[in-house]
Amino acid sequence: MIAETGHFALVLALMVALVQATVPMIGAHRGNALMMAMDKPSSYSQVLLVAFAFGCLTYSHVTSDFSVLNVVQNSHSKMPMLYKVSAVWGNHEGSLLLWVLILSLFGSAVALFGGNLPPTLRARVLGVQAMIAVGFYLFMLLTSNPFLRQFPIPLDGKEMNPLLQDPGLAFHPPFLYLGYVGFSMAFSFAIAALIEGRVDAAWARWVRPWTLAAWTFLTIGVALGSWWAYYELGWGGWWFWDPVENASFMPWLAGTALLHSAIVVEKRDTMKAWTIFLAILAFSLSLLGTFLVRSGVLTSVHAFATDPERGVFILMLLLIVIGGSLVLFAIRAPALKSTGVFKPISREGGLLLNNLVMSTGAAVVLLGTLYPLFLDAVGGGKVSVGPPFFNSVFIPLMLPMLFAMGFGPVLAWKRTDMVEAAKRLKLAFIATGLVLAAMLAIAFDGPFMGIVGITIATWVFMATAVELAERIKLFSAPRQALSRLLRQQRASWGMTLAHMGLAIAIAGMAGAGGWKVEKIQTMVPGQSVNLAGYDFKFMGARRAQGPNYTIVEGTFQVSEDGNPVVTLHPEKRNYPVRQMPTTEAAIHTLFMGDLYAVIGDPEGSEGGFVTRLYYNPLIAWMWFGAFVMVFGSVISISDRRYRVGAPKGHASGKQVGAKA
Amino acid sequence: MVPVKRKHKRLTFVGLALLLIAAAAGLVLSAFEESIVFFHSPTDIVEKTPVPDRRLRLGGLVEEGSVERQPDAVVVFRVTDMANTVNVSYRGILPDLFREGQGVVAEGTYAGGLFTADEVLAKHDETYMPPEVADALKKSGKWNEMSEEMKRQGMINKGAQQ
Repeated sequence: MIAETGHFALVLALMVALVQATVPMIGAHRGNALMMAMDKPSSYSQVLLVAFAFGCLTYSHVTSDFSVLNVVQNSHSKMPMLYKVSAVWGNHEGSLLLWVLILSLFGSAVALFGGNLPPTLRARVLGVQAMIAVGFYLFMLLTSNPFLRQFPIPLDGKEMNPLLQDPGLAFHPPFLYLGYVGFSMAFSFAIAALIEGRVDAAWARWVRPWTLAAWTFLTIGVALGSWWAYYELGWGGWWFWDPVENASFMPWLAGTALLHSAIVVEKRDTMKAWTIFLAILAFSLSLLGTFLVRSGVLTSVHAFATDPERGVFILMLLLIVIGGSLVLFAIRAPALKSTGVFKPISREGGLLLNNLVMSTGAAVVLLGTLYPLFLDAVGGGKVSVGPPFFNSVFIPLMLPMLFAMGFGPVLAWKRTDMVEAAKRLKLAFIATGLVLAAMLAIAFDGPFMGIVGITIATWVFMATAVELAERIKLFSAPRQALSRLLRQQRASWGMTLAHMGLAIAIAGMAGAGGWKVEKIQTMVPGQSVNLAGYDFKFMGARRAQGPNYTIVEGTFQVSEDGNPVVTLHPEKRNYPVRQMPTTEAAIHTLFMGDLYAVIGDPEGSEGGFVTRLYYNPLIAWMWFGAFVMVFGSVISISDRRYRVGAPKGHASGKQVGAKA
Repeated sequence: MVPVKRKHKRLTFVGLALLLIAAAAGLVLSAFEESIVFFHSPTDIVEKTPVPDRRLRLGGLVEEGSVERQPDAVVVFRVTDMANTVNVSYRGILPDLFREGQGVVAEGTYAGGLFTADEVLAKHDETYMPPEVADALKKSGKWNEMSEEMKRQGMINKGAQQ
């Protein structure tokens, strides 16, 4: 009964969404308050119905109800509880249910907190949200129903893919989806604004926190995904420019651009059409990401078994959403009037540069990701576009922007003297020069991109720090600096932290990319291998038993100049249900780098094993940097100005005056 | 005054955008030359004998009984599309789902009858077959007889999902 009730709740949710997609929209068009008022109750009922359906599926999974097909295929009675729960969204049907659950949560959040939104705008935003929801409910009910029964009932399930039985990946999909679906908010606001024909500071002020939230979740999702790839796949790498990874990176780039352009709309009442376009772009790329991952049209190292027929449905959905919104954009965007005027060298100009580079970056990633599909479709043969392409195109594009990123925050709105701005960053120039000189002195023949990366990371970090110091007058009036520091707006704290976090992350990428040391060999017990100054001594391997897998666990004693550092225990696990082995790398994080060991297959008669050892310099900085970015973003979301609601005209005027 | 200014501003930014796009296009074109990797089936390699040192991808099935471990973490195996086979050598730890009789994609260079792989692509799911591999098998006309195992798994998967 539970499964059928869940199914029924989903059908009801579709019905409610159909009402919500039409009645409030018509009401907003005719100015009928009663019809518009339908938006709130329907949003609430949708979230309750979907949450109920999700609860039903979770219940079936947690109780290992093997009469439900989805449970049979993705769960097993011996799996630990955490993975029984994460198995709910660790599969196609369940992940879609999570998708619509998050969508309805965002919708009801607008209904709940949208008290100060103009009623027509709110009705239209929720109407657009419901339209997206209708598409996804239909997709689920017609092609991917998670509540199908299995008969006869098997004794046990097929278990979730062992690679997914991992804490990092248990939470990766929910965060990624919170990010993807979060951009649906900006999208709905954009479409509603196009219908209304009006975009103003209040609109931007509404869009920004949602975009920030989506961006925060997406950043967490992407970071978790790369972290998982790093420690679970055992290749010592963290980013492969794989289609599935690119699928999450493109919306991130577009979302980052949107985040910055919304500031210009809010503060300066210009770049409106562009911001709307970015909102459409960010959500379209999110949908495309879902499509790429779910359809299996691209060869991906992260690909899971997929079903092309569903791909066609998502492709249709994609065409309707992107095509429809772009047509609407083409018709209505010219009506959006901007009032703010600015010179190229100004804060607006800097933000626009960020936007242009981010969008170009997203376009390049899109091109590289889809090119194999395109070439195959026109009969040009099968190709793969790999890391060399992306590294040689994407990185050179980003470097100038990162350089400009140091200047952005010191530029004033409207117009700035470039020389004056450069003077303010004198200290940052000096610090960057010193770091570069030090690096060249130590390792003149070091990897070019590594040195460039560290230099640019230092520049971004120092420029951001100097700007903060300037803002609190650390040098000119140091006595009140602390109190000024504490009085900084949360949104500007967010900027400072996010930019610093990016700098830290770039240092990590440059370090790991430039100075990685890798050794592959067969080791017999007692044998030592030296790697980047560390001695890895192989002590042998033993067998053990996990809850639903067997283990071969190797032991490495790592020492530096004879002083013990750490003992590493990499594992090779074998999951008997699926006959599938997984690799569990052993990682020890030091400030300057990670010690990383992987054990492979046995070799020879003396207890030897193939082993793979890495020294990954600075790599943990990358995830720490991502954490700092997320932290900054959360602080920014908590800024009071976003909660006070509709802004007073003079408030934003004062803002500009103070900064200019 | 204002309209003139705005036009001027617009032009500056359109120029900047064009410059960026031109730079991106230049980078893309130069990178495409060098970094696009073509996919080959064993038959392609045997018939066309690719240029040595050119990176390429080889896809097919790992021939049953062909995997042989050698000292110093080297593994040699044969990749087949049931019409032709190619010898492959790889140094390192094979992906977890590497198995005899199953699909594989290797990246590396081909010279003197030996494909030296520096990357063997992992898949995350035992029922997943890279589309290129399936195509290579279909092209050699052996899809029907050979891939009983794959199809069986595929059938189960499909049947179960409906």
